[in-house]
Order: sequence, then C-alpha cells, then structure tokens
Amino acid sequence: MPRITFTSHLERHVACPSDVVAGDTARAALDTYLSRHPQVRPYLFDEQGALRQHVVIFIDGEQARDRRALADSVSPDSEIYVMQALSGGS
Amino acid sequence: MSDRLFVATRKGLFSFVRAPGGWKVERVSFLGDAVSLSLHDARDGALYAGLGLGHFGVKLRRSRDLGASWEDVVAPSFPKQPEGEEDKLPDGKPWPWRVEQIWALEAGNKGELWCGTIGGGLFRSEDGASSWTLVRSLWDHSKRKEWFGGGADMPGVHSICVHPRDPDVITLGVSCGGVWRSTDRGMSWELSTGMFAAYMPPARRDDPAIQDPHRVVQCRAEPDRLWSQHHNGVFRSDDAGRTWKEVPTAKPSVFGFAVAVDPNDGDKAWLVPAVKDETRVPVEAKVVVARTEDGGRNWSVLDRGLPQNEAYDITYRHGLDVDASGRRLAFGSTTGSLWISEDAGDEWTCLSTHLPPIYAVRFAAEAV
Repeated sequence: MPRITFTSHLERHVACPSDVVAGDTARAALDTYLSRHPQVRPYLFDEQGALRQHVVIFIDGEQARDRRALADSVSPDSEIYVMQALSGGS
Repeated sequence: MSDRLFVATRKGLFSFVRAPGGWKVERVSFLGDAVSLSLHDARDGALYAGLGLGHFGVKLRRSRDLGASWEDVVAPSFPKQPEGEEDKLPDGKPWPWRVEQIWALEAGNKGELWCGTIGGGLFRSEDGASSWTLVRSLWDHSKRKEWFGGGADMPGVHSICVHPRDPDVITLGVSCGGVWRSTDRGMSWELSTGMFAAYMPPARRDDPAIQDPHRVVQCRAEPDRLWSQHHNGVFRSDDAGRTWKEVPTAKPSVFGFAVAVDPNDGDKAWLVPAVKDETRVPVEAKVVVARTEDGGRNWSVLDRGLPQNEAYDITYRHGLDVDASGRRLAFGSTTGSLWISEDAGDEWTCLSTHLPPIYAVRFAAEAV
C-alpha cells in the first residue's frame, strides 16, 4: 500500500505521522489517511474542500497534476509526499 | 493598570510584562508564524491567538496559562458553498467562501465569542470556540454584496464592539463595507449613516455600505460614544453608532488606521496619524500620537519619547491599545517598533525597535 509522508513544516503545527494507507489515487489515499488522522484535514483543504493553494503533492517524486479531483493514480508501492509550495512568504 | 501586553506579529505572539526594571518580553509563542491578533478573555482568563499559517490556512489556538501552553481550538470557517452558486465581488472577481484571516475577536456579554474575518464572514461561537456559526443575517444581506477589499483582496470585518450594558447591541466595522449595527444580537442589521468617502465617485461618496472605517472603537463607560479612524478621516458617533459626524480637526493629519478611546471618558481618544493615502508614512517622518480630551475639538500632538527624525513606522488598525485605566497605552509599528506610555500618552518609552512587523497590540484583561 502507498505511504504518505508530510513535510516537517507541518509537523510543527499538527501531528501528521507518516502512514501506509489503501488507495489507488491520490484522493483515495488521502481520504484513507484523513479518516485516521482527521486533525490534518484543515491544514490541507479549505472549508470548500479545495486543496490549499500552496500545498503540493508529490507521487514518486513527480508533482501531482490534478489539484481539483486529485485523480493522479498511485501504485501499491508509491511514496506520496505532501509539502508546502516554495512560492510566496517572507 | 494592566501589567501584561500581548503583541501579535508577523513572526509570533510576544508577551510583555511589567517588571521592576521595566517592561520585558516574558515569552514568545508561535515563533515564526504569523499571529493576526489575540484576545484575552476577561470572563475566564483564556488567551486566544489567531494564526495565519500561510500554506496551511487560518488556525485558532487557546491558552489557559497566559501562553505557557496552547491547545488547538476550532477556527471559524464558512459552510459549504451551495453547488453552482457563485459569489462575486463588485468588480466581477470571485468571492470565495473562505476565511483568509482572523481580523476581529471579541468576547460577548452572554458567554459568546465573536469573530470577524477577511473574507467578510462574521462568526459566533456559543461554546468557547468548539464550533462557530456564520452569522447568516449579515452574510445574506443584499448590501453585503457591495463590499470590496480594503487593504486585502477580500473585504473584512475588523472591529466588533459589544455594547457594555446591552449585550444584544453589536456594532461592526467593515473594510470596505461601512459600520453595521444590530440591536438583537445579530439577528438583523442596519447600516450606520453619516460617514463619507471623498475619494469615491460622487454617486457613491455617501453610500454607507461602501465606507472604509479602518477601525471602530466604543467607550465602555459612555457607550453612546464611538470613534472611527476612516480612510477619509476621523468620525465620531454620539448615538451609539447610528450616525456619524466628521471630526476634521485631528493633527497632524486625519489619515491613519488605529484609534483608541478612553474606556472611562468618551471625549478622550488617541490616533496614530500618517500621510494619506498613497504614501502612508508618518507626517514629516516623525512618529506621533494625536490625543483629544474634548471630543475632537482640540488635539495635542504627543511626541515625547517618540522618534522625530527619519522614522517611517506605520501603525496598523489593531496596533494601538489603551488599558482599562485609560492611562496606559501601547502601540506598535510595521517596522517592529513598540512604545508604551504610563501617563495617557504624555511620555512614551520604546520597548523595542527590532520586533517583527506588528499586527496587533492588546493589554491583558484585568478582571481575571
């Protein structure tokens, strides 16, 4: 099953342990993760359910392209990495 | 007098305490994170901090021990926008139902908390920030759709005045959306009148729904008296916020963001003036505070202890506060300077010139 890991920046704010979760798309894997770790959801998604503008998802080193449906496919041994975009901020 | 001061900055919440040798930083909470403002709730001593985590959204934290430890509480958020329904700003850009910043946080008189946001939502919590409800009577008001951004892309509610004697009376300041008043604890709203915006096209100059009151404050002992530092100038209300009159006499300018009123004397108010509107720097690069003691007829320009040479500090709308005594004041600037006065502004002491940009300055409540 794919593994989801979060940037250490997020660990400063909320418990977001790396976890192995079922799912064949980024959306399915994240949904599984967030059902186990619901405290993480508001850090990744806004109240309308949209992925926050400056959150990015990498699947096996490649940036996921479908920010709306999160339909990018993941394989059983995929590494999903969730981090902050490096744009903006001071 | 309050011996503790909370300073919300771009890089954390700084707690200052008055020690025998002077005011000192007691602790820094959330170092590195933007704290848009704080609330020390006199009812139960809880300290709230509104965070803007940038990438990860707006959060609300609470401390039961004045900031030594913090817990995550629920931040206000909009309900799901109905499918297919699109909200648009007056210029046609999308108006997402999303909290962009916690911009006002106040304790009500019936146990509730009120929160104003950039995004335009006013929220109320009846359970100590375990949950929040969008105040639909305001959000669904037809005039709300006329609001536009002032200082941010989205409009926002930055001032919430809870009437000290009548808990059902709430007055809001909205940029840019005027002053709103409810006498039934937020069930219905009316717009204040009398403010004007000479910078707008003539047809909209007096439109109460698009005024830009940068800050609205209410006198605790004389709640009929409110003050507003408006984008266009200074205004005063003598009828609990129903109507406003211009106060054109403020010195050295009538532009600025912050205003404070003496909790015990509605005739006494302070401003931190600046050059309007395109430049937004202190007049002649001298940091001063303006004070009136007679309802705005006359103003003193207070400069003792403040930098009078090449100083470009600007004070944001929540960057000035007065404690319950009316004698102790503090204000902070975008360039990280913080000053305090123990004598109603006659003399100022600089506590730092090296803090992160200051968003909000607030004395601890004393009735704890």
